Amino acid sequence: MQSGQFGIRVRGLEKSFRIPSHRVHTLKERALHPLRRTSHYQLDALRGIDFDVLQGEFFGIVGRNGSGKSTLLKCLAGIYQPDAGTMHVAGRLSPFIELGVGFNPDLPARDNVMINAVMMGLSPRDARGRFDEIIAFAELERFVDQKLKNYSSGMQVRLAFSVMVHTDPDVLLIDEVLAVGDAAFQQKCIDVFYRLRGEGKTIVLVTHAMGMVEQFCHRAMMISGGHIIKIGDPAEVARSYLSENFRSVDTDTREHTAAEEVRIVDAWVSDAQGQRVDSVQFGDGMRLHVVLEALGPIREPGIALWVTNEDRVRVFSAGAREDGGSLSDLEAGERVEFSVETENRLSSGRYHVGCTLVRGSAGLEVLLYTDRAADFVSYGMELHGLVGVDYVTNLERGPSKDPVR
Amino acid sequence: MTTAQLEVQQVHGPSALGGGWKRFFRLTWLVAKTDFKLTYFGSVLGYLWSLVQPLLFFGVLYLMFSVVLQLGKTTPDFPVLLLMNIVLFNYFQQATGGSIPSVVQRENLVRKMHFPRLVIPIATVLTATFNLLLNFIVVVAFMLAYGVHPRPTWLLLPVILLLLFAFASGVAMLLSALYVRYRDVAPIWGVISQTLFYASPVFILIEQIQVRAPGVVRYYLFNPIAAILQQARHWMVGVAPVPSPSPGGPRFVGFGPAAYMGGHVWLLVPAGILVFVFVLGFRVFSAKAPLIAEEL
Repeated sequence: MQSGQFGIRVRGLEKSFRIPSHRVHTLKERALHPLRRTSHYQLDALRGIDFDVLQGEFFGIVGRNGSGKSTLLKCLAGIYQPDAGTMHVAGRLSPFIELGVGFNPDLPARDNVMINAVMMGLSPRDARGRFDEIIAFAELERFVDQKLKNYSSGMQVRLAFSVMVHTDPDVLLIDEVLAVGDAAFQQKCIDVFYRLRGEGKTIVLVTHAMGMVEQFCHRAMMISGGHIIKIGDPAEVARSYLSENFRSVDTDTREHTAAEEVRIVDAWVSDAQGQRVDSVQFGDGMRLHVVLEALGPIREPGIALWVTNEDRVRVFSAGAREDGGSLSDLEAGERVEFSVETENRLSSGRYHVGCTLVRGSAGLEVLLYTDRAADFVSYGMELHGLVGVDYVTNLERGPSKDPVR
Repeated sequence: MTTAQLEVQQVHGPSALGGGWKRFFRLTWLVAKTDFKLTYFGSVLGYLWSLVQPLLFFGVLYLMFSVVLQLGKTTPDFPVLLLMNIVLFNYFQQATGGSIPSVVQRENLVRKMHFPRLVIPIATVLTATFNLLLNFIVVVAFMLAYGVHPRPTWLLLPVILLLLFAFASGVAMLLSALYVRYRDVAPIWGVISQTLFYASPVFILIEQIQVRAPGVVRYYLFNPIAAILQQARHWMVGVAPVPSPSPGGPRFVGFGPAAYMGGHVWLLVPAGILVFVFVLGFRVFSAKAPLIAEEL
């Protein structure tokens, strides 16, 4: 085997699980039903996965629950035996699959650290030598002699993460670590990620946080149904992930208020050219559309569209009122298309387009109201705020004008 | 791009010994050590409790057989022998019984970490061995107090312990791997080990069998535990020379289990059984190891 530049090379990896519908646990059951074959169904978790992770690369793996990403990680970590395919790793690999891996709650931190470090491949001497460092990194100096069952889950994760980082891995597999732990420790982990990335370590991160993928990863991969759907630019992978996620969500939760006077014929999002899209890049032009059909005559109608984010916060809204008043009356059977053109200044994430139609000049009689007429994904800009606005910064400096005390 | 060339290696799935012997031994030792510490962690008298059980059992059996039934009357040093036998057999029972559910109990480790799977059952046997070593200090003290003279063959005690360890490990590997799939293994083994207790010369000594059923003695010693206990008795306490089965020959044919079986060749049978169980256990465990994480 020639030593190349890859950190991880996976070829044709397949893994399926035989899941018995009814599990035979005792010999008696088997003896009573000797001829009954236990029926199994086969769950194909991975169906032919090929990819390389280069040395020194920060590689993200995303996918919905049950997509196979954890199985892939467990195969790489040597916990599951793959059915077919090969995996090669350059150097020492440290997996960090779940919180508190293999910690014994009845033992104090010292013994747990020793066992964990030796399991990861350190010699007992090295493990002893690094003990203080590990505890210091986890900020658990005051709790060294406490049994682990008295630790909070955040403390356990800190300890486990600290052990992993201190085992000198060349390749790290990390599955959703940052979900636990307080903000200060998360920041510490992020610092470590940057440091390791700078040291040229290979890091594979499985996460649901698209912000992390876009922020850290050189490349990313999306898995769905045991196949690689997309591999490459993290922003694009994050976008496919978000759009896959919401596509399957909107089929069952898209709601329209049943209105007697009016119905929504269609609602969608398009790009500046009028092409229907699922996602819009930050800074690009976009248009929100809705087509309504009046089922009966509607006097002085008013239409509005708005956009809400995942937290159900309304980011902006736009109403249609000709000449500042209401629209001209709608006849029964008349269709009206309303669209709003704007530039996408939304932070990356999923958004919903809401729509309402009201009657009367005061707009008090609501005939139709829905928060989710259509959905779209904004990508390309992780903002520290809801929207990116144009601004000019200005900084003046000089000596204090107050008298010096 | 990178300064140091890293060694490229293939990722293998989980296995009984994955990661090499060195890692296996280190880890087994460490796990056994911490387990041992843990056993008596929360108790006031700590290790002493592990002595209470065999001592109590010894007390009952001694009262029963030596005082009431007067069985051991003809055997010199019967109480010493009884205690040693109980401690040895107790070890075997604890090591095997404890290791059967060990893999299932450590589910969280097995499902989340890559390490030689064999560590788990062997570490359990090793923990029991630590207990045995401590118990044996008491046994030896008891021997000296009772007036048994130290003899050079005491130095051969490690051989006895090694044989018992190997047999217990074989059973542990075999049954802990099967237990993942079939939970019946535990009660079945409970019955078997109880049977083994009566089928071994723990308190019913071999002389009594020789007297009542001379033809059976050879087959009786096919049981590796019986042979090991008999050998331990020979080396540690000493036995009377074995009387000759045929009236015409010399009065005694020698010492130890070989003499009872009619030649050293016959020792190959219990030895063979021991090796067979060990190899079978290892093979079964190795075959099952890659899939344990999924079957749990």
